[in-house]
Amino acid sequence: MVGTQLARPVRRRRRSWQGWRFVGPFMVVFALVFMAPIAYSIYLSLFRNRLIGGNAFVGLDNYRRVAGDAQFWSAAARVGLFLAVQVPIMLFLALLVALAIDSGRLYGKGFFRVTVFLPYAVPAVVATLMWGFMYGSQFGLVAAVNNALHLSLPDPLSPGLILASIGNITTWEFVGYNMLILYSALRVVPAELYEAAEIDGAGQYRIIRAVKLPALRGALVIASIFSVIGSFQLFTEPRILDSLAPNAITTYFTPNYYAYTLSFAGQQYNYAATVAIVMGVITMIVAYAVQLRGMRRAA
Amino acid sequence: MSTPTVARRSTRVAPLARQRAPRRRRRGSITLTLLTGLVLLYTLVPLFWLVVNATKTQDGLFGSFGLWFGGGHFALVDNVRETFTYQNGIFLRWFGNTLLYVLLGAGGATVLAVLGGYGLAKFDFPGRRAVFAVVIGAVAVPNTALAVPTFLMFSKMNLTNTPWAVIVPSLIAPFGLYLMWTFANEAVPTEILEAARMDGSGEFRTFLRIGLPLLAPGIVTVLLFSMVTTWNNYFLPLIMLKDPRWYPLTLGLNAWKEQAATAGGQAVFNLVITGSLLTILPLLAAFLLLQRYWRSGLAAGSVKQ
Repeated sequence: MVGTQLARPVRRRRRSWQGWRFVGPFMVVFALVFMAPIAYSIYLSLFRNRLIGGNAFVGLDNYRRVAGDAQFWSAAARVGLFLAVQVPIMLFLALLVALAIDSGRLYGKGFFRVTVFLPYAVPAVVATLMWGFMYGSQFGLVAAVNNALHLSLPDPLSPGLILASIGNITTWEFVGYNMLILYSALRVVPAELYEAAEIDGAGQYRIIRAVKLPALRGALVIASIFSVIGSFQLFTEPRILDSLAPNAITTYFTPNYYAYTLSFAGQQYNYAATVAIVMGVITMIVAYAVQLRGMRRAA
Repeated sequence: MSTPTVARRSTRVAPLARQRAPRRRRRGSITLTLLTGLVLLYTLVPLFWLVVNATKTQDGLFGSFGLWFGGGHFALVDNVRETFTYQNGIFLRWFGNTLLYVLLGAGGATVLAVLGGYGLAKFDFPGRRAVFAVVIGAVAVPNTALAVPTFLMFSKMNLTNTPWAVIVPSLIAPFGLYLMWTFANEAVPTEILEAARMDGSGEFRTFLRIGLPLLAPGIVTVLLFSMVTTWNNYFLPLIMLKDPRWYPLTLGLNAWKEQAATAGGQAVFNLVITGSLLTILPLLAAFLLLQRYWRSGLAAGSVKQ
């Protein structure tokens, strides 16, 4: 998504070390908090800490263990399912709202744009607390609606529905953010294109399909990549909901949760680092695949 | 909205006059507004729920309908007072911690991203391509994959359970750097910098006097988004901090919620809810007040291909 601009011809001064005075501070901290931990976790993943014998080099043993770890793969499959269902719904909603606001036919569009975006500024912890309380049976809305209307809506915190309930929370948090990315991309479409289309007699739907959607491709790819990364990192929502829905959320609910449990409840740092690396690599592969697919269609 | 035909005619009559023609105004559609209103409703219901329930006592929460005021006593003021005084005013301490982490973490991240983005956009230096490759690759690395090794590293350096454990990792925002780089490419003409150099202005002075003002919308955008990330961070402080006195708000609120589940713990859901409301107000206010800046920054920086 981003490498392409490198080739942009910029009239530049002679090559000199001056630029490092600006880039240097970032790179120093970057090396400390980004590259060193990555190197360290690769190192960790090649060792195992035993009660007897201490720290021992075990080669790729930890990776073999991940490959055969049913808990890890069930967690990975769960976020995969989450990704396949929640991300398209969220991006589709964001797309509809962006197109609606951009159509110029909305009353109070400034209000829409800002309000739909607001949940992005709400911490995931607070969003999950709010929705968790609303889902809950104690003073939750679901229970209240059931009582008032003598219904028996299913419990959103039950094992069968918990993933959908989490999907709803993340959709709520990020629809507005994605809408804004898409909307900003629509704003840079030159007005002449619309006029040309209208002179050709194209209707609104035709314009959306022929002009707006192609203009949105790049922004959609970026939004998808961020959503892929976000889904695979899922942690805060299940972690906060855990005490409200202890039966539905296991300690290996998502890969991240699993890595967290391994390190901080099980002290299995070496194996946790391996899990994190494998999940990081899977994330990058999927993100890269999304990018390739998005760009190929553009060509 | 009142004169759509006039607007339409004027753009037809004077096609040469428009550089960036304002989009013609179409008639508003009530159907479309109502349909999009459903999404608006979806956005607002939880926030409304939060406001309503911040006015209820712990007992009132259980005895009244969640989406309307009631449950007897209107307890908003009491709740706010109790939130700030409960457990010797630890909420205020958490608030202060959050401010500290945001100020140093997000502030520092913005400074580093602005300097770096400007440097990448406006200088050619040995290793520039390598810097690009590494940083762009970093955008795709899940942050949480770094958390466990960072924790282990920091614990060897005796940094865990101190504010530095939260602040230092927050200083790096690869996406912020990327945003500033695209923004500097667009907003700072190289010719102006050349002219300043001809006049003998040093690089750093040129940056402060010329670059910085031109970059302002981009800086506000990066600052706001780093603020959100830092203010809302949960995973990093969760693993780094043991001592509640260093907790940020997100960790503290969850600790209050968990308190009900512990043996003999007092349920303080009214304080969790009121505290949540107090937690989100500053950021909502910042976003609303600074709209103009971050919207233009986002439009110019993040989506140009």
